[in-house]
Amino acid sequence: MSKVMEIKYGISATFNTAKDIFEAAGKVREKGYTNWECYTPMPIHGLDGQMGYSRSKVPCFTLAGGVTGFFTGMLIVWYMNAFDYPLIVGGKPYFSPIYPFPVFYELTILFAAFGTLFGMFFLNRLPRHNHPVFEHKAFGRTGDDKFMIVIEVEDPLFDDEETESFLKKLGGKSVAVISEPID
Amino acid sequence: MIMATVGEKVFEKSILKKVKPAPWRDPPLVENKRSFHWVTEKICGIVESKTPTWWWWCFITALCVASFTGMGLVYLVSTGVGVWGNNNPVNWGWAIVNFVFWIGIGHAGTLISAVLCLLKQKWRTSINRASEAMTVFAVLCAGIFPLFHVGRVWFAWWLFPLPNANAIWPQFRSPLEWDVFAVSTYATVSILFWYMGMIPDLAVIRDRAKETWRKYFYGILSMGWRNANNHWRNFEMAYLILAGLSTPLVLSVHTIVSFDFAVANLPGWHTTIFPPYFVAGAIFSGFGMVLTLLLPLRALFGLHDLITQNHIDNICKITLATGSMVGYAYSMEFFIAWYGANSYEGFAFINRAFGNYWWAYWIMISCNVISPQLFWFKAIRNNTPLVWIISIFVNIGMWFERFVIANTTLSRDFLPSSWGYYSPSIVDIFTFVGTFGFFSVLFLLFIRFLPLMPMAEIKMVMPQADPHGGKH
Repeated sequence: MSKVMEIKYGISATFNTAKDIFEAAGKVREKGYTNWECYTPMPIHGLDGQMGYSRSKVPCFTLAGGVTGFFTGMLIVWYMNAFDYPLIVGGKPYFSPIYPFPVFYELTILFAAFGTLFGMFFLNRLPRHNHPVFEHKAFGRTGDDKFMIVIEVEDPLFDDEETESFLKKLGGKSVAVISEPID
Repeated sequence: MIMATVGEKVFEKSILKKVKPAPWRDPPLVENKRSFHWVTEKICGIVESKTPTWWWWCFITALCVASFTGMGLVYLVSTGVGVWGNNNPVNWGWAIVNFVFWIGIGHAGTLISAVLCLLKQKWRTSINRASEAMTVFAVLCAGIFPLFHVGRVWFAWWLFPLPNANAIWPQFRSPLEWDVFAVSTYATVSILFWYMGMIPDLAVIRDRAKETWRKYFYGILSMGWRNANNHWRNFEMAYLILAGLSTPLVLSVHTIVSFDFAVANLPGWHTTIFPPYFVAGAIFSGFGMVLTLLLPLRALFGLHDLITQNHIDNICKITLATGSMVGYAYSMEFFIAWYGANSYEGFAFINRAFGNYWWAYWIMISCNVISPQLFWFKAIRNNTPLVWIISIFVNIGMWFERFVIANTTLSRDFLPSSWGYYSPSIVDIFTFVGTFGFFSVLFLLFIRFLPLMPMAEIKMVMPQADPHGGKH
């Protein structure tokens, strides 16, 4: 068997409490790192601000979905009951935005919900079943009770020794290199 | 003291003395100071452990009961809708009653997951997943009835705006058509919300999985979720938005269900109180079902630290509040029937309470109005078996509410010559009883294969998750 080549992805450090990773994240950001990520078992209140993230863009997808849904509803009612096969029922107008309002309303919500879910998937670049961080042996613990910071090789400030000692100085336990095997 | 001056006069801004509020400690959401790891082990353990014997017994029983629905429907389709008890003047019969009953059950799940999320009620975290599952399965049960009530079920797709051989389209002025949109949107959005909330927990099970099938099954379902803060940021926003979308949705669904009745020009149905009254009733019945399902689960899996007495208290109090609203709606209907001075309306209500279906009316009143009033007492809320029994009464009462609404009005038409008495046929009864089996099959599969409680959300409300140590 040929020797498996490995590409270095980054350096990880584990933290035991939410408070520890919260403070460490602030310091990593102050230091000027840009390509790094925190892995936590649950969303931590205020960590977005600490990492310098802006507000999530999911609402844009919701809005787009909602607007599409509303006009889709209008279009189908107009096309079906007023244009393609005009239908007189109860002496009401062929088309009006009033009587079929429940249809527009429901379709607005339906499309907005799809926009939200798929917007979330798109922004998170999911589904993606392989990722270098999965190579870390204890990665599963980040879904349980451990907190992890990973600084990527891609980062302009990344330096093998300096980054490692920086993470150790922040109080990171079991600082380790994450590598991705390639064929 | 703060003073304000207007012109030359001096006013004291406040006439009450400053009151120091009494110290208030919220009861802990997770008891016994459990760790994050304990929560993971507890909830994943339910999925990962060997299938308990009781589960198999329940599952086999539920499958047998579910087969009643299957047989009932096969017989119905092969013979004709005449095998149900529906006949002039009561053409709606049990089909609509069961439909509204099951849809109503679903509403508490959405209320817990969406409305309580917007209201920042943190205690919802441990019960929301199971309640959402209940919503999804209840809506599936509900859908069976209108689907087969149309008579020729193979044409049911005509309800959707799809081109068909007759070249005609659905008629959008009909509340029944609105119902198609409302219920199918509700089912879809409930599934999306339920699934999205589950993704991080599925990823936890994936990462713990030892067997290959588990790795693939949970791996595919969890979409490669990797707990990154960037993921959480978009996830939390999407979750909040879906909660915000589900709230007007859940209100609209039962409103539109009530339009099925209220838009018709029939005494006892044609009232403006119907939408809010139906929504309150739906939440009431759904919370009844939440108690019916969660109390046994809590005992079976030993979840007392996660579903605490405080949770049960809160659910009981919401049941009490919505039950009282329903009671208020019943009395207000009577008042308006008298005050509106419409003789048909007046007759419909006298007939409801003292006419041919008086027994159903009084079952409804005793189960829905009287039994939840017991929840005023702490001793009763603390008595878990008794709470469970009352929750069963709530379920029974809410089924009878729909029965009373649908049947008393139809069986006593405008013309006494067309009056009739509706009784269900044996096929009606079997089909309905079978849906409980169908529901249980789905729910048992859910507790066996999917995370029963949202681990990430529970961890989020634990004191250890606060990076500021409780100080802001």
